[in-house]
Amino acid sequence: MRSSTATLGLLGLLYSRLACAFSLVWNENAFGSTTASAAIEAAGYGSAVDHPGLVLTAPELAENGAVVPIEVESRIPGTQSIALFVDANPNPMVAEFVFTADTPPYVSTRIKMASTSLVRVLAKTSSGVWQASQPVKVTLGGCGG
Amino acid sequence: MKIRAARHADFVEVKVLIQHEMETGLRKDEATGRLIPAHFIELVEANLNNRTVLSMQWGVAVAQNPYLAFRVSNSKPGDVLVINALDNRGESYHGEVILS
Repeated sequence: MRSSTATLGLLGLLYSRLACAFSLVWNENAFGSTTASAAIEAAGYGSAVDHPGLVLTAPELAENGAVVPIEVESRIPGTQSIALFVDANPNPMVAEFVFTADTPPYVSTRIKMASTSLVRVLAKTSSGVWQASQPVKVTLGGCGG
Repeated sequence: MKIRAARHADFVEVKVLIQHEMETGLRKDEATGRLIPAHFIELVEANLNNRTVLSMQWGVAVAQNPYLAFRVSNSKPGDVLVINALDNRGESYHGEVILS
């Protein structure tokens, strides 16, 4: 028991050293939230309003919820970061992307959806937090079990 | 990790594939009935010539064997783009590409 506790401690130390090399700290509260509103609040994207300059491209129908292609582009000036949420997932927060002057606010990835849900993207910009969303119908859920 | 970079008029499009199970921690092992422990990438960063240009945090809902595409402006041929990732077990992943 004692040695396994020591091992866990060492692993924790190793992890924190490695994580120091990254500029973001993994947001345990936001990723652990079980409702979209709590996750959005914890991630710092609360009180967003829809904006046509935030463009979310997702399929209307996804046959396999384990691999749903998502593309996001913000045409809103001064976009600093973008976060992605799937309302009906057990943990709605999917990811956050923090851009710089060298990376235009565009990202494309593949996500898991447990069931049919609203997919939401939120952008932090110099003019506030904005939102775009789209319902995606899922035939076969992607969290397995 | 596989990285491809293609130069367009205004930017370089970078496409990244990382081999990772991205286990959610919510699935049951059918043989034992126990939950399979979560194992997923939490932090990812893209650096251009040692300067961070994109920082990301990911959760368990990023699909298995994550795919990521993003764009880099203000680059020139010969610039080095590096991707570093770290998962919740402290395992790190690294890839790099020289931009054309």
